[in-house]
Amino acid sequence: MIRITRGGWRFFKLIVFAISLLPLGGIVFDAVQNNLGANPIQTLQYRTGDWALRFLLITLTLTSLKILFGMVFQMRFRRMMGLFAFFYASLHLTVYVGLDQSFSWAHIMEDVPKSPYILVGLSAFLLLLPLALTSTHRMIQRLGRNWQRLHRLVYVAALLAVIHFFWLVKADLREPAIYAGVLVFLLGVRVVHAWRKAETRKRKLEDRNQKTAVRILIPDS
Amino acid sequence: MLIKTNPGIPSSEITDPALFRERRRLIRFAVGSAIGTLSAGLATQTAHGTPKAFESVRKSDYSLQEEPTDYEDITQYNNFYEFGTSKEAPAVLSQGLKTRPWSVAIEGEVEKPAVVDIEEIIRSQVLEERVYRLRCVEAWSMVVPWVGFPLGQWLKQFNPTSRAKFVEFVTLYDPDQMPGQRRAVLDWPYVEGLRIDEAMHPLTILAVGLYDKVLPNQNGAPLRLVVPWKYGFKSIKSIVKIRLTEQMPKTAWNKSAPNEYGFYANVNPDVDHPRWSQKRERVIGGGLFTPKRETELFNGYAKQVGHLYAGMDLRKFY
Repeated sequence: MIRITRGGWRFFKLIVFAISLLPLGGIVFDAVQNNLGANPIQTLQYRTGDWALRFLLITLTLTSLKILFGMVFQMRFRRMMGLFAFFYASLHLTVYVGLDQSFSWAHIMEDVPKSPYILVGLSAFLLLLPLALTSTHRMIQRLGRNWQRLHRLVYVAALLAVIHFFWLVKADLREPAIYAGVLVFLLGVRVVHAWRKAETRKRKLEDRNQKTAVRILIPDS
Repeated sequence: MLIKTNPGIPSSEITDPALFRERRRLIRFAVGSAIGTLSAGLATQTAHGTPKAFESVRKSDYSLQEEPTDYEDITQYNNFYEFGTSKEAPAVLSQGLKTRPWSVAIEGEVEKPAVVDIEEIIRSQVLEERVYRLRCVEAWSMVVPWVGFPLGQWLKQFNPTSRAKFVEFVTLYDPDQMPGQRRAVLDWPYVEGLRIDEAMHPLTILAVGLYDKVLPNQNGAPLRLVVPWKYGFKSIKSIVKIRLTEQMPKTAWNKSAPNEYGFYANVNPDVDHPRWSQKRERVIGGGLFTPKRETELFNGYAKQVGHLYAGMDLRKFY
């Protein structure tokens, strides 16, 4: 087993961080090159939204790898991936508010209630917000068991994000269906895992009860 | 919502015939000296697929006095599901479509049904430039300088019967040439329809070109409908059949989602799509900080077409 030093982890994290910024780099590059197509604002909306959803699914995949294969190496990057999901979601929202709606609150207040998919997307973002705010070491320690409970909201956020995508498409559901498939698989892994854990706990409890029963029967042993 | 009857175009918008002839002479002179011919526009794709220009296209008083959207944007940002559902796919995947020879069948409630060759259609018509705003149901818009001719005056030669209440249009069905048709995204072939008075309205045209050039495949070559006061999906592309009927045609998007896309599909900022607002539109060609444009009733053509819907509840007949 290779031992990774503190400096080694820092190096890995830097690399993963840089890679995670590449999509943004690509978007900025295309914007500067005037290469965002005929409807540049829509292109920005789609690309930031795609990456928010992808990072959300990457975050969920890391834990799935641990459950399925016992891999733990990647767990060190989970927070960073989650924060990148939040980062791209923030950009996505900023493009909507700033570019699509030109910061007109009157227009936004008019637009949002008429567009159920925007409401759903906004809800997903609002669910990610407390997760991003409580992602520090201090918050993890302070919240204890509740931290994990709170962070289960990521499942709801991911579901809402996929529904958000489904709901805005006109007729071709292929692309959102792919994301939905991945999400269903990742959630399925957790459901099966939780169910098995519950079973094992039950069995252990039964075993212990049985042992106690035996002890009662044979007090001398 | 009631629309007050407002017949036709106000006289202020009609050009004085003398002025018109003067303009025609000027155009003819310009075109004539540039090309050295006065023959009516007639063109096909050149060998390398670059669209050939029409030689004489008459200006129209129905045109908007607005700067048209760039040719590049009009020909690279297309909704043409027969060639894929992304905006970029049609420009690439439509290049293999064979638009010559091409014929159009006119049938149904007409005394003189016919199958007409596209070259013959173009040769028989005086081509006009119509600069129209195209408003997509997805809330974006362009200004397109179409080249075409009024559908109504052309249809008359086939003598529609008194039972002709609607006009149904059908796009080519050929999954070999139209890869998008290999998946059932819509119920192929694409079908659109108009009420007969909408079809006969002088604003309604059949287009064969844009920017004085032959229509690129991704824009609906060789023949497409343009109905400027309706959402873009009504303007059916690559037409092979026109059928006059007594019954309202079953149109493609209406079949796909009847609660979202009605038969009329008139542009209307006060009747929203069930999933998004139709109040404003993104004008293609603007910068990152250009605000949206307020959508107009009947896409700004209320004066000309409002009377067609007098007394109709536009919320019900969306």
